[in-house]
Amino acid sequence: MEAKTKDLWVFVETNDEGKARNVGLELLNPGRELAKQQGGKLVAVVIGNNTAQAVQAAVAAGADQVLSVEGEEYAVYSTDAYTYALCTLAEKYAPTTILLGATPNGRDLGPRFSARMQSGLTADCTALEIDAETGCVAWIRPAFGGNLMARILCPENRPQVGTVRPGVFKKPEPDPSRSAEIVVEPLSFAKEKIRTQIVEVIRAAGEQVNLEGADIIISGGRGVGGPEGFAPLKELAELVGGSVGASRAAVDAGWIPHAHQVGQTGKTVAPKLYVACGISGAIQHLAGMSGSDCVVAINKDPEAPIFEVADFGIVGDLKEVVPMMIDEVKKLRA
Amino acid sequence: MNMLVCVKQVPDTTEIKIDPVTNTLIRQGVPSIVNPYDGYALETAARIKDENPGSKIVVLSMGPKQAQDALRECLAVGADKAYLLTDNLFAGSDTLATSYILSRAIAKVQELEGAFDIIFCGKQAIDGDTAQVGPQIAEYLDLPQITYGIEVVLAGDSVRVKRDSDAGYTITAAKMPCVVTMTQTFYEPRYPSIKSKMAAKKAVIQQLTSADLDVDPARCGLKGSPTHVKKTFVPVRNKNTQIINEGSAEASTHKLVELLHNATLF
Repeated sequence: MEAKTKDLWVFVETNDEGKARNVGLELLNPGRELAKQQGGKLVAVVIGNNTAQAVQAAVAAGADQVLSVEGEEYAVYSTDAYTYALCTLAEKYAPTTILLGATPNGRDLGPRFSARMQSGLTADCTALEIDAETGCVAWIRPAFGGNLMARILCPENRPQVGTVRPGVFKKPEPDPSRSAEIVVEPLSFAKEKIRTQIVEVIRAAGEQVNLEGADIIISGGRGVGGPEGFAPLKELAELVGGSVGASRAAVDAGWIPHAHQVGQTGKTVAPKLYVACGISGAIQHLAGMSGSDCVVAINKDPEAPIFEVADFGIVGDLKEVVPMMIDEVKKLRA
Repeated sequence: MNMLVCVKQVPDTTEIKIDPVTNTLIRQGVPSIVNPYDGYALETAARIKDENPGSKIVVLSMGPKQAQDALRECLAVGADKAYLLTDNLFAGSDTLATSYILSRAIAKVQELEGAFDIIFCGKQAIDGDTAQVGPQIAEYLDLPQITYGIEVVLAGDSVRVKRDSDAGYTITAAKMPCVVTMTQTFYEPRYPSIKSKMAAKKAVIQQLTSADLDVDPARCGLKGSPTHVKKTFVPVRNKNTQIINEGSAEASTHKLVELLHNATLF
């Protein structure tokens, strides 16, 4: 397909309550810059049911225009209904670029969309630019477990599409005074044509883990030594208002649930402060946290690769250092 | 049940190192393995077969001749038949071209093996990590898809798949035939026995080339791929690390917390 406009679309995924999920709003941030360079509008696509709040959030986060598709059939995500809606919109407006969050649903929808539209799709990007030579989007993503970065272009087919990891970009500061054109697209999809049904929803047991939105992450690896070793990390995290992360080694050992995992097969995070305790810094882990503003590494092994990406390091035993940090922070607060 | 599992032979990415001089991947000595997520998909199919005697598992892989080693590994842990899809025409395919070719190959294999009830794929391959080929195959075959599966239960003419979502799990159901992509399961893939390994070594791997398939060459390989890798590079790590050593752990920790406090991080 040929692009009819220079517009860039951001698929703003909604949750079960019709609210915008963070990643869609985050993507409006790089989306604004790319749209400017492409010379088109920044358009948010909101599909769901009762999505007024999501539409408002997209406007406040910088969208020039919102394409809104509402209906009961879109209340929960389904491959069939959402692919239909996004393809129908794309055929009508023919944007040049589409960004989706690399969430389970975004990565379910993106490839289905790209196969139907015969467009190029790049998965799980961690950086986006406009390629100076071609004017295409340069999709930058880790490959081979984070050992290499690849720069991928889609020279001809339009729209050029990419999924982008949650947590890579910061959400724009919402500006509630902004206004934008809201276009309601009356697209209905017969419910009986949806070939998958969600028959049960099982919420994650225990507390919710908010890594992607955290300003501070206290993360533990193999050096933590066991499930009980995470207690001081948790205490420090609570003290400074942060979340607890973990390396794959600690998750695979069964010391902490997968929801805490940072890295290539876990979450990508970019907090203001990332404290890596007893994490050696395998390339797969670095792929998930090297965008952090400030990294502190605490490790017994002075040769651990984590020190190469750290701003501050202490060569020492986290079992000594973390409790001391707790005491020091308490002293500051006293 | 008649099941297909799509598998890919991949380098073990946890063993990959970067040559510090040339900044390229050192592939030498890196073992080739069955993509681990495909292994979970195969184990899931094997468990369905255990519970439904008379079921059949066919494995299909696209790749160079060596990929037959991966197929033999699958034959040793539950697969009944194996097809290798290999042709220079297919080299350089991106996910869209790959899934197009695979969907045409599946059509061909179904002529020989009967229609599949479930087509399994791993969620993604650990070398490319795209997670795109499964859903794209489903689109080309016009089948429902359930991605990020961690458990599959049969219920009459449907599958019920426990699906990983960010907020927990959903149980998602679809009528067969359908495509299911698997992530890491709670169970580990079974090990081969000496006997099954021997049998797999001798088994015949069916070879397919573009001549066996109804494919449009213009949609295969580099030519049929809308995305192009313009370049690859090693991620730059150029931090100026300040190692804090004030003589004792206490003093160093005090200094660290002070630094973080001054930077308004603590």
